[in-house]
Amino acid sequence: MRIEPLGDSALIVRVVDDFARDPDAALNAVLAALRSLEAAAIPGVIELAPAYSTIAIFFDVAGIGRAAAKHEPSDWLRTRIESALTARSAGDKQSVATPQIEIPVCYGREFAPDLDDVASVAGLAAEEVIRRHSSAAYRVNCVGFIAGFPFMSGLPSELATPRRVAPRKKVPAGSVGIGGAQTGIYPRKSPGGWNLIGRTPLRLFDVQREPPTILQAGDRVRFRGISREEFDVLSQ
Amino acid sequence: MNVFVRSAGFLTSVQDLGRTGFRQSGISIGGALDSHALRVANALVGNKDSAAGLEATLGTLRLRFDDQRVVAWCGGAFAVRIGEENLPPGHAGLVAKDEELIMTAPKTGSRAWLAISGGIDVPPVLGSRSTDLRGNFGGHEGRALRDGDVLPLGERSALPVRVAEMFGDRRIAEWTAPSAWVTTAARDRFLRVVRGPDWARFREEAQTSLAGAPFTVTLDSDRMAARLDGPDLPRLDPTDLLSEAVAPGTLQVPPNGKPILLLGDCQTIGGYPKIAHVITVDLPIAAQLWPGDLVRFLEVTLPDAQELLREREENFARFRVGLSLQMS
Repeated sequence: MRIEPLGDSALIVRVVDDFARDPDAALNAVLAALRSLEAAAIPGVIELAPAYSTIAIFFDVAGIGRAAAKHEPSDWLRTRIESALTARSAGDKQSVATPQIEIPVCYGREFAPDLDDVASVAGLAAEEVIRRHSSAAYRVNCVGFIAGFPFMSGLPSELATPRRVAPRKKVPAGSVGIGGAQTGIYPRKSPGGWNLIGRTPLRLFDVQREPPTILQAGDRVRFRGISREEFDVLSQ
Repeated sequence: MNVFVRSAGFLTSVQDLGRTGFRQSGISIGGALDSHALRVANALVGNKDSAAGLEATLGTLRLRFDDQRVVAWCGGAFAVRIGEENLPPGHAGLVAKDEELIMTAPKTGSRAWLAISGGIDVPPVLGSRSTDLRGNFGGHEGRALRDGDVLPLGERSALPVRVAEMFGDRRIAEWTAPSAWVTTAARDRFLRVVRGPDWARFREEAQTSLAGAPFTVTLDSDRMAARLDGPDLPRLDPTDLLSEAVAPGTLQVPPNGKPILLLGDCQTIGGYPKIAHVITVDLPIAAQLWPGDLVRFLEVTLPDAQELLREREENFARFRVGLSLQMS
C-alpha cells in the first residue's frame, strides 16, 4: 500500500498494486479499506472516492491542521490513515458485504448497433455474444466519466473489443456497451465511443434520489436479457 | 423577491461552493470556479459562505431587482455599475428597487462572482445550488441563464439591512477585502504547482519544460479545463494508466504531450498521467484564464502549499470577524 499526494488537499491511497491480475480480490481489498476509512471518521476528511485499486481522500487543510494540533498536518493525516487501514488487516478478514444488482437489458437489434462488430472481433455468433454477456458476473470498478457511468470488470475476455475509432456524438441513455475489457452503461444521453450491444430501461442516475446512482464501486452486477415488450413496460 | 435577468451575457450561471460528497457517483464538485472569490463577495454582503451567487463569464450582464439589496463582486477586471455609479470589486453596494446592475466585458480576466444579500434561492439539488452545466441539473433549471430569466432571492438577513442604513447617502461601502482576493486577474499568471502522483513517469525534459516555459491557453477551454499549448511534455512509458481520482488543479498530460489543467467542472476520474497539481490558493488565477493567455508554472513544496492555504483560511476567518465588527 502506498499513499501519495494529489495536490495540497487530497491523497491517493494505492490499496493494491496490480488491479488487472485479480480485479475481484482488488475490489474486495479496496471496499474493505473504504469501510475502514469511513469508520475511522478522521477529522478534516471531506470525502472518499474509490476507483479500481485506489481510494482518494479529500480533506480540508485547515480542519486537518486544527485536529493535528502540534503535528505536521500531512504526517498526522498519513498516520491516521495507516492506523485505520492496519487495524483492518489485523482484524478478522471477514469479507465485506457487497450488493448484488440485476440490470435488465434488451439486446434487441434496435438497441445494439455494434453487436455485429463485437461478434466479429470475438469470432462468435451474435446470439452467443448476448448469451455470454448476460451470463457473466460483473463488478463495478468505479463510477465516473459522466455522473453515474459504471465501469465494470468481469467481461468474458473473448468479448473485449476496442473502443470505436470515431466516438458517437449521441449515445442514448441506458445504452450498454463494451469498451476494451470493460462493460458499462451510459446513464444518460452523452457522447461516447463504446460498442453498443443493448439497452436497459432502468434509470441509473437520478438527482432526485440519494444516492443518485443505482451502482457504486464494488457492487456485483448481472445482466438479465429481456424482450422489447418487457423493456417498454419497465421504461414506463 | 426576485432578480430579473435583463441580459444574461456570454455565460452566466448560478453557483455556490460546489457539490461535495458525491464523487463516488461520479459527480463533479463544480461550483464557482473561484470559490474563494464567491466566499469573499458573500461575506461583504452579509451572506453565509455557502450562499449561491452568479458566475459571469465575459460580463455583458444586466440585472434588475424588485427590492433593495446589497451586492458585491470579485474576479476579473470588469466594470460594474449600479445605476450611474461605479461599483469597484470587493466593495458592498446598495441596489435600489427597480434599479439596474450592469457588468460590462472585462479588460483582463474572464470571470466574476456576484453575491446578492439573501443569496439566490433556487432549490438545492444534492446539497448544492450550483448549476451542473454538463449534467443539466442544479442552479436555475440546470442550465446557463438566458435573457428574461427570473431568479428567486432568499430573505434578507437583518445584517445587510443594517449595512444599507449605515451607507447613509453613500451607496458604496468604504471597507473592502484584500486586493489579491478581489481582483484576481491582476495577479501574475504564475501558477504554483506541487508534483503530481505521476511526476516520475515523465522525461526529464518534460519536468524541466514545465517549470518556466510559457504555455498558451487554447480555444477548447471551458469550465472543465484549460487546455494548454507549449513545449511537449513527453513521458517515459506510453502505457495507459488505470483511471483514478483527479481534482480541480490537476495538470494531466494526454498522449499528445499537451497538458490539460482541470477546473471545477472536471470529471471525477481520469486516466492520463498527472505531472503536477496547481495549489489551491492559485486556483483563483487559473479561474481567470482565457484562450490566448500565457501561463507559467512554478514548483513549490507540499508543506509550503498547505501552509499558504492554512494562512489564507486564517486570514479569511479574521476578515469575517472584522466585517462583522464593522457591520455591528
